[in-house]
Amino acid sequence: MTHLETELSNLRLELNEMWALVISQVKESQAALLNFDKEAAAEVLFKEKMVDVFELKLYRDCENIIALYNPVASDLRLTLAIIKIVLNLERIGDFAKGIAKFVDKSPRDKINPELLKVSHAEELLTSALAMLTDAKTALDNENSRMAISIFAKDSLIDEITRGANKFIGDYIIQYPTEVDEALNIHNIIRKIERMGDHCNNIAEEIVFYVEAKVLKHNKAARK
Amino acid sequence: MSKIETKDVNLYYGDFQALKNISMQMEEHTVTALIGPSGCGKSTYLRLFNRMNDLIDNVKIEGEVFVEDENIYQKGVNVDELRMKVGMVFQKPNPFPKSIFENVAYGLRVNGINDKHIVEETVVRSLKQAALWEEVDDKLHKSAFELSGGQQQRLCIARALAISPSIVLMDEPASALDPISTAKIEELIHELKKEYTIVIVTHNMQQAGRVSDFTGFFYIGELIEFGRTVDIFTSPVKKQTENYITGRFG
Repeated sequence: MTHLETELSNLRLELNEMWALVISQVKESQAALLNFDKEAAAEVLFKEKMVDVFELKLYRDCENIIALYNPVASDLRLTLAIIKIVLNLERIGDFAKGIAKFVDKSPRDKINPELLKVSHAEELLTSALAMLTDAKTALDNENSRMAISIFAKDSLIDEITRGANKFIGDYIIQYPTEVDEALNIHNIIRKIERMGDHCNNIAEEIVFYVEAKVLKHNKAARK
Repeated sequence: MSKIETKDVNLYYGDFQALKNISMQMEEHTVTALIGPSGCGKSTYLRLFNRMNDLIDNVKIEGEVFVEDENIYQKGVNVDELRMKVGMVFQKPNPFPKSIFENVAYGLRVNGINDKHIVEETVVRSLKQAALWEEVDDKLHKSAFELSGGQQQRLCIARALAISPSIVLMDEPASALDPISTAKIEELIHELKKEYTIVIVTHNMQQAGRVSDFTGFFYIGELIEFGRTVDIFTSPVKKQTENYITGRFG
């Protein structure tokens, strides 16, 4: 291995560590929400600081690689892609933190299962988690087809969340004393939708790295 | 402990001052790159450490130059012993008109080491360290001139390593080589620093970034900035350094 290859390999290992941390944050935020588990919520909040540290370290490492080794071709695309992937992972971690904060700060000790059901929160978080995990596998295996398949999963999330206003509205009509709770869950649905968007962005960067194709702002090319 | 160090060194070629008040420390098992435009004093500075400037007429040196805590310009210093401790590789590969084997063995023989086993062992070790062994193991008694430019340069590195220096000076070791040979030399430098302290003069800033731990930027005989290579190439302190490494002058 050349020196640059060693540096890029270390960069990918570090990225995988950050990725695993964010995956665990999303999993734990799901457990926190569905079971109203304040301990799981605290775990997500604790991990946030570690994600921030990884973000700054990875940016610095990418900067150093570009400055010292002048990578070109796929090495350059990988370094640039990792910068963007880190940004998106950090945002996903932030949204998981937002969900955990809701549970952590809530004066209640449980959430109405009916609200969870109509909001499809479990289904949405499971989809977001699958997108995040598939994206990691796609990069590990340099599989652009797998990366592209993530766009379809995001479409599913978008389809469900498009109905959010209606089903939250209907719930408020049915349970008028739970307006606060319902609005918080509406907020959470929007966070999950954004998680999906960021997973989409990650998938675009993987395709850019593997195939040197830019899919950003080009929906037709995603097929 | 710094392996090599200069304190307030000034060097004159007659009336011309080539080095101005240079103080720098280089640690053990590091690679230090010296960069700067042509004529700025990089090679002159490099040649301080094995007293090669002694061979030039009208040279005057002020200040102190330390190799392993010994001031090498004080009276009584054995220059031959110094040059065994501090090896050098030059820009143009300069193998002797001898066989590959004898090129590497030469340094041992002139120092009175003629034991067959020791010489053979040392030649093999040095060629392996220089990443050349596998390319020449079946033709050790062929002329060194039959090797390619890149191979000749690695032979010169093996020759320098055979006398077990602790410091290796390299004056633009890859500037006469093709990109593949250059890459091999650079990977070799990366391996060699595990055992040696290396100072390399280079005009190629990207090379300095790739191979070195520390970088010193020289300009018109002065050391403008010295620091970790990663800092020099991401956030240099001096504007002059920034201008040079970004290609805005020099």
